[in-house]
Amino acid sequence: MSAVIATRGLVKQYGRLRAVDRIGLEVAEGDVYGFLGANGSGKTTTVRMLLGLVLATSGEIDLLGERMPRAGRRVLPRVGALIEGPAHYGHLSGRENLALLDASGRGGSWRTRSRRVAEALDQVGLGGVGRRPVKAYSLGMRQRLGLAGALLRRPELLVLDEPTNGLDPQGISEIRELLLELHRGGTTVFLSSHLLAEVEQLCTRVGVLDRGRLVLQEQLATLTAPTGATVVHTPAAHLVRATLDGRVLSVDGERVVVRGGDPAEVNALLVGAGVPVTGLALDRPTLEQVVLAATGASPDRVEAGG
Amino acid sequence: MILVELRKLFRRPRTWAIVAVLNALPVLVAVLLVLTDLAPRPGEGPPFLSAVLRNGALYPLAALAIVLPLFLPIAVAVVAGDSVAGEAQAGTLRYLLARPAGRTRLLVAKLAAVLAFVLVTVVVVAAVGYLVGTTLFDAEPIAGTSVSGTSLTPQELGGRTVLAVGYVAVSMLGVAAFALFFSTLTDSPLGATMGALAVLVASSLLFTLDAASPIAPYLPTRYWLAFVDLFRDPILWRDLARGIALQGVYVGVLLAAAWANFTTKDIKS
Repeated sequence: MSAVIATRGLVKQYGRLRAVDRIGLEVAEGDVYGFLGANGSGKTTTVRMLLGLVLATSGEIDLLGERMPRAGRRVLPRVGALIEGPAHYGHLSGRENLALLDASGRGGSWRTRSRRVAEALDQVGLGGVGRRPVKAYSLGMRQRLGLAGALLRRPELLVLDEPTNGLDPQGISEIRELLLELHRGGTTVFLSSHLLAEVEQLCTRVGVLDRGRLVLQEQLATLTAPTGATVVHTPAAHLVRATLDGRVLSVDGERVVVRGGDPAEVNALLVGAGVPVTGLALDRPTLEQVVLAATGASPDRVEAGG
Repeated sequence: MILVELRKLFRRPRTWAIVAVLNALPVLVAVLLVLTDLAPRPGEGPPFLSAVLRNGALYPLAALAIVLPLFLPIAVAVVAGDSVAGEAQAGTLRYLLARPAGRTRLLVAKLAAVLAFVLVTVVVVAAVGYLVGTTLFDAEPIAGTSVSGTSLTPQELGGRTVLAVGYVAVSMLGVAAFALFFSTLTDSPLGATMGALAVLVASSLLFTLDAASPIAPYLPTRYWLAFVDLFRDPILWRDLARGIALQGVYVGVLLAAAWANFTTKDIKS
């Protein structure tokens, strides 16, 4: 497993504001990496630095094993990107937009262009869109077209910033399926999002950004690993406390958390004592709990100065 | 890349709308001249206009002289000012650069597209001027008249008209370079266009001011009308050569600045 994205001490300073502060991203080949962070935490600046759009103040970026932004000409044709929403020429059709985008850089032969454009449009579900100009597209269609643009050259790495923005629930699940399919085909996906649910469903690894700092970077499975406790749902919480004296960690209405990582054992004890059990599960932290624990208040909040 | 930019520019309805508007004024002037038969007296009004009633073959030059002071620079400033800032405003710039279309390559392609626009516009104005001139006015197929009063053969007139078209195109390069430079500074195409026009207005104003005479030879608009000298007998090359050199200096300096700025800029649009 080689690193697809690796940054060391990446810093971006805007005047007195340090938008990105010594970030060390590690994305391995085959990852679906969820890059989480509130709005304004530096996600977009980081993504733009990865793609050579914003130049880092200091630090190093390796993309697909080569130093960015120096090697951009060689590396970027192997990367597909969706950056902060799609953008197209409104008076041209989707097909023409993709053809122009493909023609404006290396790594896309014109011989295969129309076939690749057609395939990318099919992949995102815009195969039958015809000659309509993009300005007549809906928000969801534009998002799909943007994704098609990222898929044009069958990239090894997809860098997607909020890819499901503006899509309806069916669209979101379609795009999720598409990304998983691409991932099975060997594409590494770097997904920047503030939607925890999206990341939880899709990603194998997450990095959490808080006010420019990478506060967490871990396998999702590790973060949401069982805590060694069992959650019991019961209408008679007081009976649980009586039966399993000393093992009850917390009681919240009908939800009781009990020490012990084996639900079957807990269940047997409770049922044996005649406690009605309506639900039983291993206690796992949700991604939301993990992220909230790792980050502070939303950077959107502007408190009055003290 | 240059082809891509040309396709973008000339497939855009706006480009042709600008060209059409640009041609409307000389056509209107021609129609009014024919209807009223009131030509400006020699030495007044735009150059060549006084002569076109006698020889319609001079009308391409009159048309160029009509659009040169204001319309043509506005058109060039709009297109050149839009070149980079327009992509930034639409958000397509980040996708182009992430494609990657190298920054230098993109700038060169944008410049080439602007040059093509300048050339096409000037040629179209001249061609429409010729059509209008030869249909509405009496064309003298045998000979034309130079500004100095001597006669020019049709070959001489044609050749000099081509040179004049070329010179007007070169004169517009300075405007294009200003607008392109401003276009790399801002994400607002309107801002870039207005910036370039402000430079031109300032230049035209300073040109009329005696106190500004020490800097007059360096004003970008100083030698614009020197294409008239092509129709003197013999041709007065002095101002023409200076005009071309001056535009060359402006273009060189501004493009270097545009390149230096654009290749080190954070693309945040």
